[in-house]
Amino acid sequence: MGLEAEIPVLTTTVEKMVQWARRSSIWPVTFGLACCAIEMMAMSCSRYDIARFGAEVFRGSPRQSDLMIVAGRLSRKMAPALRRIYDQMPEPKWVISMGACASIGGVFDNYALVQGVDQVVPVDVYVPGCPPRPEALIYGIVQLQKKISEQRLA
Amino acid sequence: MDSTALITALVDALPGVGLETSPTIDLQPTIYAPGGHLTGVALALRDRADLRFDALIEVTAVDVWPREPRFELVYTLLSTVHRHRMRLKVRLEGSGAHVATVSAIWPAANWLEREVWDLFGIVFDGHPDLRRLLMPEDWEGHPLRKDYPVQIRMTPRTSEALQMTAEEFKANVAKDRQSRGGQGRPE
Repeated sequence: MGLEAEIPVLTTTVEKMVQWARRSSIWPVTFGLACCAIEMMAMSCSRYDIARFGAEVFRGSPRQSDLMIVAGRLSRKMAPALRRIYDQMPEPKWVISMGACASIGGVFDNYALVQGVDQVVPVDVYVPGCPPRPEALIYGIVQLQKKISEQRLA
Repeated sequence: MDSTALITALVDALPGVGLETSPTIDLQPTIYAPGGHLTGVALALRDRADLRFDALIEVTAVDVWPREPRFELVYTLLSTVHRHRMRLKVRLEGSGAHVATVSAIWPAANWLEREVWDLFGIVFDGHPDLRRLLMPEDWEGHPLRKDYPVQIRMTPRTSEALQMTAEEFKANVAKDRQSRGGQGRPE
């Protein structure tokens, strides 16, 4: 954006404007599966304060959300429900796979759990950790913001 | 009532059933009953005035594969009247393991027996609704059996997103409004 010295206007392109709007208001869907969700809640509260990055508005409905943070291990029985919530989110939408269990199954190498949520939904950012610190998840969201600001409109 | 008195009372109540007692570390009375007599034993435990085990706390099972008898059902019982507890155990052979349901005696057994069937594959004869409880409905096998492949690899099953045209969507909304007697927001 170019700031003119004399006239109080900003000049930009529609694409940059849209990218800025999208990355500055990533609303996650309220969706926690396991202990990672506790760290996700800590991230949204005042100590870590994800509001600084515009992602503090956890929506109760997938229809108002942009981001799904898969926080925890996903059981095979839960997989259709997760997929349905993802399908109900309007485009554009992004997914963060939070923690070892969501990313690769973690310590639960057994019949009951999906070994990585990327088998069910497309994942944009993987956050490692067991569970990841809130700072790590914030870093993941910042990485997602970078990804969004590189997304072309056409 | 201490454990020996309880066991004596139970053996008195059920002559000829062939009850066995078993020593326990936690001193909770433990009795093995033959599977064929489970219903009679359960009724005596619930209805006798000095026993009165009116609450079924838990039903679970132990798989000792490859030994036989393979399964051991464990019923944990509580008497809220006399404030005593006990364990009732039933040994079952591995092939075609089945036992009579106690869900008519203790209604709590309904879901507990469903869980045991779901995870161990022990059939409860006469159960009103023997469906899977914890695993998905279309699951194959019984995962808590010792010979079940724990690290099995399967692709997760998910449903496809519902696709519909604008006309179908409008028709659905109209149908929904009609079913509620014309109530709802106007267009």
